[in-house]
Amino acid sequence: MTRAPVRTKATMSEMSLDVRYIAGLARIQLTPEEERQLSSQLSQILAYAEKLKELDVRDVPPMTHPLPRVNVTRKDEVCEGLSRDEALRNAPAAENGLFMTPKIVE
Amino acid sequence: MAALWELSLSELTERLRRREVSAREAAVAYLDRIEATDERLGAFLHVDREGALAQAEAIDASRAPAGGETGRRLLWGAPIALKDILAVKGQPLTCGSRILEHFVSPYDATVVERLRREGAVFLGRLNMDEFAMGSSTENSAFKKTRNPWDLERSPGGSSGGCAAATAARQCPAAIGSDTGGSVRQPAAFCGVTGLKPTYGRVSRYGLVAYASSLDQIGPVTLTTRDAALLLQAIAGYDPRDSTSLPAPTPDYLAALDKGVRDLRVGLPKEYFVGGLDPRIREAVYKAARTLEQLGATVEEISLPHTEYAVAAYYIIAPAEASANLARFDGVRYGLRVQGRDPIEMYSKTRAAGFGPEVKRRVILGTYALSSGYYDAYYLRALKVRRLISRDFEEAFRQVDVLVTPTSPTPAFRLGEKTEDPLQMYLSDIYTAPCNLAGLCGISVPGGLVEPERLPVGVQFLGKPLGEETLLRVAYAYEQASGCARLRPPIAEEDRPDSLEE
Repeated sequence: MTRAPVRTKATMSEMSLDVRYIAGLARIQLTPEEERQLSSQLSQILAYAEKLKELDVRDVPPMTHPLPRVNVTRKDEVCEGLSRDEALRNAPAAENGLFMTPKIVE
Repeated sequence: MAALWELSLSELTERLRRREVSAREAAVAYLDRIEATDERLGAFLHVDREGALAQAEAIDASRAPAGGETGRRLLWGAPIALKDILAVKGQPLTCGSRILEHFVSPYDATVVERLRREGAVFLGRLNMDEFAMGSSTENSAFKKTRNPWDLERSPGGSSGGCAAATAARQCPAAIGSDTGGSVRQPAAFCGVTGLKPTYGRVSRYGLVAYASSLDQIGPVTLTTRDAALLLQAIAGYDPRDSTSLPAPTPDYLAALDKGVRDLRVGLPKEYFVGGLDPRIREAVYKAARTLEQLGATVEEISLPHTEYAVAAYYIIAPAEASANLARFDGVRYGLRVQGRDPIEMYSKTRAAGFGPEVKRRVILGTYALSSGYYDAYYLRALKVRRLISRDFEEAFRQVDVLVTPTSPTPAFRLGEKTEDPLQMYLSDIYTAPCNLAGLCGISVPGGLVEPERLPVGVQFLGKPLGEETLLRVAYAYEQASGCARLRPPIAEEDRPDSLEE
């Protein structure tokens, strides 16, 4: 099973995995070396994931959760949350009881 | 007489209850043991000597008169160690990541609250793969943890610190988390017991999320009885976790010695194919024969979609991770690297704060969820997950419990698989399906393989909320196998017996 065929040379060129673009969506800056390495590793992993296409899943409902429970609510009652000081305690930058960030709006 | 640190959790709590040992004595025994061994082992990221002694002293001081209320507390005075992914108010919580290097938890996880209520004393924080992503603990940003059976080998992961510390008797038990095998596989590698409860059985409130539909908290222990004891302490409904199940918590300890006479045990034929170490195959067959001798019926069953489980898991888990880890952006907590604008700040912060495996999974997950690829990868993986889950439903119509290997190989060498992520992923083949389907599973010691003298794990899988039956089978096997409480070389040193010689 662990020797299952790993199609490293599979259809990767067709998959057009643009690592830099995806890393941008994920908000992770990569070095050129990381880009190169991830590109080859992710291609390999995705080629393995191609296995999933062997199965006919047309009529199979997706399973997002093991034991689905719907409309879960707790009792609507007041309970203690974190105080402002506690919430700010781990902040990288805080001032006047606020989280500080670089300027967002020009 | 055995040293305190040689006892199982159940034996220790019994002595504490009878007051033959004080909570302080127990804490000191383990703290000293950690001090003597952890330089070599590297299981702990943080040892809270002061805090543990204070908790223990408070417990000793507050003892009610004999037969009082404390008699009913399950863990009164027992030291426990926690994977560094569970929130303890005022304690560090790094998840093995630079991005949380200086984070301090503002609240207790629900399991921590429950353990406190039962009288547990927290020794410290155990090493892990960064954000629980890994199968070797080598993805920790801070240190390598070594396997107590062979210091050149991995303890497994991601709860490698939990398994190494428990096997080396640095703590009588630990609490970890299991998303695709992260409690069971390290338990197998280190020769201890690891339980993954049913999804929803234990509250995830205060567990840092990796893949929310798969994560579950579970104990690492020396015996099945200890696993039942800790499950008893931490299981149950929690309104703060909307995925926690409102089912009552049965008496797990009472279920243990009911035997297996009336039970049907299944051997999934797809689990015994190429890639499985023949010595592990033999250990699992032997376990099946043992159960048969104890009166259970053993039959072969089929889980036809097994070969797709790793592929489905490594789409679904990274997809969920990419969403969960979006919170680490340098704004409210954790590391921040300055940027000219927020986007640059996020990107630089995450570049500096995340290690290679976390980057790999977050980017993989982002890709699987991105426009144009969602249907091909994520949605398809969710459909395959349904097929895998149906396989188990079908199997559990025929049998009560399954017996399988935990890992295809014994512990591999440190560095052996770090360059090849896919090979590392493939070693999750026997553990990941249990999380995908939301089942309960346990890995128990199945002996040592020669010539390496490395432990192997035997895994039992049970129906959702089937922990009573699961533990019963594991206990029966453990009692009959003679494989329980294996002692690695590092736990042979400094024993009172060996000192006398």
